[in-house]
Amino acid sequence: MVAAMNDRAAPLMDLETTGSGLCLRLRGPQTVANARALAAKLDQQPDSGAVELDLTEVGRLDTAAAFVLVSFRDRREQAGQEVTFTGLRAGHQSLLDTVARSLPSPTTEPKTPFTFTDALARVGEVIAGGVKFILALLGFLGLFLARLARTLRHPSEFRFTSLVHHAGAVGLGAVPIVALMAFLIGVVLAFQGSTQLRQFGAEVFVVDLIAISILRELGILLTSIIVAGRTASSYTAAIGSMKMHEEIDAMRGLGLDPATVLFVPRILALVITLPILGLVANVMGLLGGGLMAWIDLGISPAMFITRLVNGTDINHVIIGLVKAPVFALIIGLIGCHAGMQVRGNAESLGRMTSSAVVRAIFAVIVADAAFSIFFAQIGM
Amino acid sequence: MATVELDNIKKRFGGTQVIHGVSTAIEDGEFIVIVGPSGCGKSTLLRMVAGLESVSEGEVRIDGERVNEREPMARDIAMVFQNYALYPHMSVRQNMGYGLKIAGLPKSEIAAKVDEAAALLQLEPYLDRRPRELSGGQRQRVAMGRAIVREPKVFLFDEPLSNLDAKLRVQMRLEIRDLQNRLGITALYVTHDQVEAMTMADRMIVMNAGRAEQIGTPLEVYERPQTLFAAQFIGSPSMNVLDATMQDGVLHLGGATMPAPTTATGKVTVGLRPEHAIADPEGPLSLTVQMGEPLGANTLLHGRIGDGSEAFTISLPGVHHATAGERIAFRVLPENLHFFDPETGARID
Repeated sequence: MVAAMNDRAAPLMDLETTGSGLCLRLRGPQTVANARALAAKLDQQPDSGAVELDLTEVGRLDTAAAFVLVSFRDRREQAGQEVTFTGLRAGHQSLLDTVARSLPSPTTEPKTPFTFTDALARVGEVIAGGVKFILALLGFLGLFLARLARTLRHPSEFRFTSLVHHAGAVGLGAVPIVALMAFLIGVVLAFQGSTQLRQFGAEVFVVDLIAISILRELGILLTSIIVAGRTASSYTAAIGSMKMHEEIDAMRGLGLDPATVLFVPRILALVITLPILGLVANVMGLLGGGLMAWIDLGISPAMFITRLVNGTDINHVIIGLVKAPVFALIIGLIGCHAGMQVRGNAESLGRMTSSAVVRAIFAVIVADAAFSIFFAQIGM
Repeated sequence: MATVELDNIKKRFGGTQVIHGVSTAIEDGEFIVIVGPSGCGKSTLLRMVAGLESVSEGEVRIDGERVNEREPMARDIAMVFQNYALYPHMSVRQNMGYGLKIAGLPKSEIAAKVDEAAALLQLEPYLDRRPRELSGGQRQRVAMGRAIVREPKVFLFDEPLSNLDAKLRVQMRLEIRDLQNRLGITALYVTHDQVEAMTMADRMIVMNAGRAEQIGTPLEVYERPQTLFAAQFIGSPSMNVLDATMQDGVLHLGGATMPAPTTATGKVTVGLRPEHAIADPEGPLSLTVQMGEPLGANTLLHGRIGDGSEAFTISLPGVHHATAGERIAFRVLPENLHFFDPETGARID
């Protein structure tokens, strides 16, 4: 019985080697009964050179066998070998065509285009996006200044309570973390400075090193970075969720200007408190540096102060603090602007919040670099 | 109290046009419902009337005056939002009176107006609560109270009931309609729910892909839909649509023929509301039932029409115990057949 089945299932096929490759002559009925055997037989064929499948003597052909034949052809053709069907009857031809059409086309991953022009286009897109963002921010700055000027003319519109609330949240709330951070930076600077300067016997200059680096750069820059992380994100989240819940639309409906109510107090609170936070950072940084200098190098506090007062120009302090309001403006504008870009879903709120932090920190560092160049040019 | 006119309003976001010219005139005290599927531009249209979106082309007139360039506040409108947009840190009383406080009204006047609105909306017991202590329906009433106290010319509702549960929605539907009737204020109401549109509207604007498909009273739209879209969007369960042929005044539909009063010839699209099917053993049409949905008052039978493969639904009064595979013969009155152009979807009479 089994033998009989095998007999019936065996594909009827002759092999013949022609000049250009292989010729397979199929005979008799090719149906689902022997499709598996046909597939196995076809797989055994050496995969070199062109193959000709002669179906002249094929009686019945069904979709199963047609599927085997078509997929054999597709496989070979993908490998770059030619497969031709010959001796097809009209019925067989149309069956093969139909089966070929109904096979799912292989999903090839779209090649990531990376030609020179694509790269160029991408650079262009990024630059255009950046320019657009800067222009939008500039527009936002204009809006803020216009509303600020308006509240000067109409002081009753000014939201004093809101200003105090935000000043407390972004200023007072940030004092512990800013103080701790500055203290530790002072300690690290003193320790690293003393280790290096000791090699040259110039330990005493560690005071200048600490004073100049903290007062001029690090105090305010690191404070700004911390505030950018804390405050830009909270501004974006607060304004963004109001936007999401249509509260801003409702405000406009009630005749409240979102810029006056939401942006002016928030940005102003930052402009007022960031210089104070910068000052706190300066003091704590010097304290930490002085303490480490005392412990590690034996520079007494009195000597530290004398050296600090005599050796450090007041300009360093001024340069440091002058930058603070500008950084505050940048952080506040980016935070509020990102909040207004939030669309109606939570995902966009999350995206805008993280992008506000990244942009604010980046912009603060770029601005700091611009300040360095500026002060170097005017000889300060 | 005011009229609102929309004159060929268009809206473009960058290069994409989302509203393709909508025109209508809304009469004083009328309740207009703008209905359509999500993304059809209905909310954008309302926001343009409110002044929350700029109008790219065309004109919005309130009481005959062009308001395109006016701020929302200066348009004398009040809008009720889907999310209520109440201030969480204010009590109900403060929320309702806030707009008036901004407008600089004296305190006594604000208190009087808030009390009046609270009485109207039955919010008196909750005046000193915060929004988070209220239920969804109560919050929506507060949002409406905030709109009412300002005595605006026009009420704008942006899907105000979609965050409420089904039972509350039915109740609020009646309350809003009743309130608008009593105050007599012109209202524009946006919804995606065709039942809300049918039950509340004086007239409705059926929107699809930024175009007004039909503007008319609910029954006009139901009885004489001007487009295939309006026909299928309004009515529940939605209208059956079949391809058919008209030849010499005889309709060939689902393997049956019947006389039909239409000027159409050749290939037509025929619309048939499920509730217009009349069970009749002698009827020319038949349904091969696949599934039945008994709703109590009526029974929906889903299946295939005739021997064809096209899905079809009929709604029969009362309870029908139909088993899958059963054939139910039915007929339709000729006046209940709707004919549409298969190419354009426009109605053919």
